[in-house]
Amino acid sequence: MDDSVIIKIERLAKRFPVGTGEFTALHNISLTFQKGEFTGLVGPSGSGKTTLLNIIGTLDYPSEGEVEVVGRSVKGLTHKQAAYLRNYNIGFIFQTYNLLQVYTVFENIEFALLLQNHTAAQRKKAVMEALDWVGLTDKFNSKPSQLSGGECQRVAIARAMVKRPLLVLADEPSANLDAKNSHNIVQMMKRLNKELNTTFIFATHDEKVMHYLDRIITLRDGAVDEDRLILTRENQLLC
Amino acid sequence: MLAFKLAFRNLLGAGLRTWLNVTVLSIAFVVIVFYSGMLDGWNRQALTDTKNWEVGFGQLWHPNYDPFDPFCLQDAHAPITGKTKALAELGQITPILITQATIYPQGRMQNIFLKGIDPNQKIIQLPTSELNNKTDEVPAIIGKRMAEEAKIKQGDRLLVRWRDKNGTFDTREVKIVSVFNCNVQSVDNKQIWIPLKTLQQITGLENEATLFIAGSAFKNQTLTPWQFKELKYLLREIDEIIQTKKVGAGVIYGLLLSIALLAIFDTQVLSVFRRQKEIGTYIALGMTRAQVVAIFTIEGSAHSLLAILLGTLWGSPLLWHLQNSGIPMPKSVDSMGVSISENIFPVYSMGLILSTVLLVIISATIVSYFPTRKITKLRPTDALKGKIQ
Repeated sequence: MDDSVIIKIERLAKRFPVGTGEFTALHNISLTFQKGEFTGLVGPSGSGKTTLLNIIGTLDYPSEGEVEVVGRSVKGLTHKQAAYLRNYNIGFIFQTYNLLQVYTVFENIEFALLLQNHTAAQRKKAVMEALDWVGLTDKFNSKPSQLSGGECQRVAIARAMVKRPLLVLADEPSANLDAKNSHNIVQMMKRLNKELNTTFIFATHDEKVMHYLDRIITLRDGAVDEDRLILTRENQLLC
Repeated sequence: MLAFKLAFRNLLGAGLRTWLNVTVLSIAFVVIVFYSGMLDGWNRQALTDTKNWEVGFGQLWHPNYDPFDPFCLQDAHAPITGKTKALAELGQITPILITQATIYPQGRMQNIFLKGIDPNQKIIQLPTSELNNKTDEVPAIIGKRMAEEAKIKQGDRLLVRWRDKNGTFDTREVKIVSVFNCNVQSVDNKQIWIPLKTLQQITGLENEATLFIAGSAFKNQTLTPWQFKELKYLLREIDEIIQTKKVGAGVIYGLLLSIALLAIFDTQVLSVFRRQKEIGTYIALGMTRAQVVAIFTIEGSAHSLLAILLGTLWGSPLLWHLQNSGIPMPKSVDSMGVSISENIFPVYSMGLILSTVLLVIISATIVSYFPTRKITKLRPTDALKGKIQ
């Protein structure tokens, strides 16, 4: 696999058992993602965006086809290998933030580093830096229940970014936010994408998010309907 | 270490639910320690009292002697001669002569054992020196149970009838010179202690004994026809009664612990059910399923650690107080057939506390683990959505 390619998908199909039959959520998907992309998977509900994101994130397995993430084939991964891959290379951002309610903001962000066995000093430094990225340094000791939706999502971004992953997968990150917060969140991720060269893949149908994307992959009924690069100045240079 | 850290954070974060479970489990913990301590205290006191008041460091029985057969007594005696006489003179053993007799307190006939003992013996704690009192009648000592049952008090005179060695009835008046208070009912109930020489004389069994009680200096040796009965043999009934009591107590522990463990089990089932999103998040963040199972199991098991801490906090002063002041026992327990004092002083040994701690931790860990096995079957994608599976 080319060094600049972070994800390679070939003839991917995903089927789920439904009653006595099967439901095909994805079929014949072939895509390649480069390092540093800021890409959105868009499409109506049920088009397969989240399923594709889950397979890329090794939370689910393909029924057919090949998926390589950071040079590792997803199909043959054991639970342990998949956990390792997620731990060191993939960050997740969820629609409902999925923050751990009994932990403070600091502890929520620190959690990702605890799994990587960093020392307390290293963790503190990295968490404070991540809090600085998302502008929540003053809220480090707050519990998620004391934060607004926008702040919670910023904590989730910091948690995903603190371990400096190669890839961040965001499933409808702005769906629960108002327009202002949505813009702020996406701008923040865009900035981190540029500064840290982290690949971001979104599942979204939020028009506000789409304005910031470099590439939009439209899914319809489990297949790629359209895959287009947005002609930003950087993309023009790339083309 | 990480799993412990996370488990404790989650546990303390759960607030009231955690403390309710911990409180119930701490009650079970303290009750188990208390009840076991009480049984151990009772056991120890019963063994010590029986040894001090009745059996000494073993007994030498006449081959025909059977403590459960009063009719054996007329054939269960032999002369104190040779080695036994020498040992008795050295104070290593003390002879006891036993015969059946009848008393007539307040005009009612009552069968008793008349026991002869050397007033100067130092092997058992019976206040036999009181038998040295010079009286016109035969001096006698009885226990408080005997006194209460026959309505006799110190200073009373009592008509005693017995058969001598030839089967001839004879009667004498005895004077109660002392009523002793003792926890061992087998030296008290239905028996009167008089000087050995007197009993030997009135029964015509000069220089004879039914058994000998051995002191600490006695070394087991062949003393024909006497048969040595070890302390273990003589105390076996107490052991058996205590063992039976422990089985009964085990049922109570089981019930108490079950209530507490059921609460933990319930919490664990609910946790796995309600915290699926959290489980999904852990997996998404890079934890293996085994790590998540470990967190949840340790979380459940940590209830037991907190319960032990809490139990120690509120239980220690209570148990310490009971250990020092004792637990008053009702008089009716005397009829249970085992030595029991007016106050039982519980004994909390290190072994008892450690075994109870281990019991609580291990059982809490097991009930915590079973519900969490479900996590290994959860699909992370469904868990993240909080879908009930």
